[in-house]
Amino acid sequence: MLRALKERLGIQGHRTMAYPDGPVVLPERFRGYPTLQRDLLCDLDGTACAAACPFGALGCSENGLSLDMGKCLFCADCPASSCVGFSNDHRLAVSKREELLVQTNAEHKLAQPLAPDMRKLFGRSLKFREVSAGGCNACEADSNVLTTIGWDLGRFGIQFVASPRHADGIWVTGPVSENMREALLKTWEAIPAPKIVVACGACAIAGGPFSGSPQISLGLDTLLPVDLYIPGCPPHPATILDGLLRLQGRLA
Amino acid sequence: MNDTLRLIYNGRAIACGDIPCSDQDRFLQTILEMTGRGWRVSSYCGFPAGEVTTLFCLLASPADGVLGIMQTVCTGTEFPSIAVQCPQVQLFEREIAEQCGIRFIGHPWFKPVRFVRSAVSGQDAWGRPDDQPIQVGVMDYYRVEGEEIHEVAVGPVHAGVIEPGHFRFQCHGEQVFHLEISLGYQHRGIEQLLIGGPHPQTLRQVEAIAGDTSIGHGLAYCMVLESLSQTRPPAAAHALRGIALELERLANHTGDLGAIAGDVGYLPTSSFCGRIRGDFLNMSAIICGSRFGRGLLKPGGTVFGLDQAQREELQNRLATGRAELTSAIELLWNTPSVMSRLEGTGVVSVESAVEMGLVGPAARACSLKRDVRSDYPFGIYRMAQVPIATAHHGDVCSRSSVRWEECQKSLDFCVEQLRQLPAGSHAVELKPLQGDHLSVALTEGWRGEICHLAITDADGRFKQYKVCDPSFHNWQGLAMALRNEQISDFPLCNKSFNLSYCGFDL
Repeated sequence: MLRALKERLGIQGHRTMAYPDGPVVLPERFRGYPTLQRDLLCDLDGTACAAACPFGALGCSENGLSLDMGKCLFCADCPASSCVGFSNDHRLAVSKREELLVQTNAEHKLAQPLAPDMRKLFGRSLKFREVSAGGCNACEADSNVLTTIGWDLGRFGIQFVASPRHADGIWVTGPVSENMREALLKTWEAIPAPKIVVACGACAIAGGPFSGSPQISLGLDTLLPVDLYIPGCPPHPATILDGLLRLQGRLA
Repeated sequence: MNDTLRLIYNGRAIACGDIPCSDQDRFLQTILEMTGRGWRVSSYCGFPAGEVTTLFCLLASPADGVLGIMQTVCTGTEFPSIAVQCPQVQLFEREIAEQCGIRFIGHPWFKPVRFVRSAVSGQDAWGRPDDQPIQVGVMDYYRVEGEEIHEVAVGPVHAGVIEPGHFRFQCHGEQVFHLEISLGYQHRGIEQLLIGGPHPQTLRQVEAIAGDTSIGHGLAYCMVLESLSQTRPPAAAHALRGIALELERLANHTGDLGAIAGDVGYLPTSSFCGRIRGDFLNMSAIICGSRFGRGLLKPGGTVFGLDQAQREELQNRLATGRAELTSAIELLWNTPSVMSRLEGTGVVSVESAVEMGLVGPAARACSLKRDVRSDYPFGIYRMAQVPIATAHHGDVCSRSSVRWEECQKSLDFCVEQLRQLPAGSHAVELKPLQGDHLSVALTEGWRGEICHLAITDADGRFKQYKVCDPSFHNWQGLAMALRNEQISDFPLCNKSFNLSYCGFDL
């Protein structure tokens, strides 16, 4: 007992991070909000750029380039690197599917607070039942990490709970495999209304690396009404927390 | 033996024509003979083509660093099971049955594995009709009958933020007589997606076979491509890959040691390790921008190198990580109430471990010296040895102490490799893949042996690709560890293995 106290007071210390009051620390090579710039050498109709992404995240038209963050895996060796870059900005979560589309010179969309009546209910206490539906355990792990002492999700009144009966919303990771579809929908039904849906990670949004497999769904929003889209493969914990705090109206 | 089994080294490719094809009896007899001599079944798989199914078996020698491969042809829809004589093939036989629609005659535990349709339309090993959906988890479970016997069914959705699986406990009061584990919920059809590849998507898919083992699986895939194309990655790439693989091991072992502490209600280590695990993940992010090592690897080398400042930064963080992890873990060994919960809980005997073919820390905790890094060395491990950590009781305590020892050895390894990181390029261009070849790549992920086996067609595209995650070998070990334990110790036993659902389900 005394030894545990000594370790806590000595080498381990108090470690909850300053964020959101202070800045979040991200590694130099972190790949966040995409930056688009039309490649001057690109053929003018842009089909070559659009075809470069094997996951179909890129589009090109006379209005310029577009990138669907719901499909983008933020690959380090992006095949369209001549026109796509990644900034260090971790704020990626949005409230609507179409807001995941990043366009040249367009505004950077952020997640919006819940409607006032929902915010009154969930703004200071928000409990989720997590369902991994074909997830690879990376989104699950970086959701779970928010509950550790460094991130301390509990200080915002947010918690992952054991039973859908205790939850205010469902938190889905993975591309919704055929074999998990029924369990996911049953869990959703077991959560009392009003309730919200979070799609965490590229797989939940649009199938991620597995898009095109006959064993998965076409995206969570074909099954449930999604309130928060968190892109990334997997999303960084800071990206997830940013989305949650904006949903609660804690970040302006 | 020599004309039945073709010897092959880890990370090498051979022409398909050089793989001996034996008749069924000889094929099965060889598996029994070799496993009787201490060899292990690394992979046993079937590929249907037209009217016949070709079965391949990859055997791993215990001593001299070689693997052996052989094939046979199964005509028709039945094949003899050898699961009774050689329990380590029981799940492989069920997998072949499910994928190829072959009934294994005499299998004592003949049940579906992932609840998916076979690749051969109209051919189902359980005679399920084609026009009805296959319902996951619907099968005959073992049941213990008797007064005061009760059954506890858990999942697929569990209480924590974890993956789905279904567990059935046959209990007498608190005591578990039998645990049956039924999976398949995470099946995404990865092996089917790989056919015809390599595609531009393939590496991202392989990294997500088990997302906590992105480097382990990604590396095996890169080794497959490099062996098929006879490409030799530069020295710096080998070192960087090794560092990434050990950081992955460090993060996961640290997280699990913390979770084990949490499951016995010892919160100091649980809290400390939860955070320190993140520090190791962040070290991977320094190298490649992703906490899970996504995007570091590419066939032919690595996407990123490390400059002097980054190497120093990593060295400093490793030193801090070592001090903090040591402080957190030493608390466990010095707290009698923790030790009394770990010792003697969830015992797997060495005999069971051998029979089931366990791999990784679960096997090493039963005193089995099995580690791909030293048994079939690949990449950097051909030059730099990592000593094998073992323990002798096969209980939760042994699995914990093995993981802690491995953390220390991984730290030593990373520090050493960073100190002497080779200069020069970290990637070379991949050459075209050879056609009609078979390649085998084994890596030691943090859960144990990862095996990728690929066969190319005449054009050098993947005709077949078989993945075997260590969890495929080890789930049965968890079921055995629960025998005669209290059901309340399930979380603790489970964490000491921490097996992958998606790696198993593919």
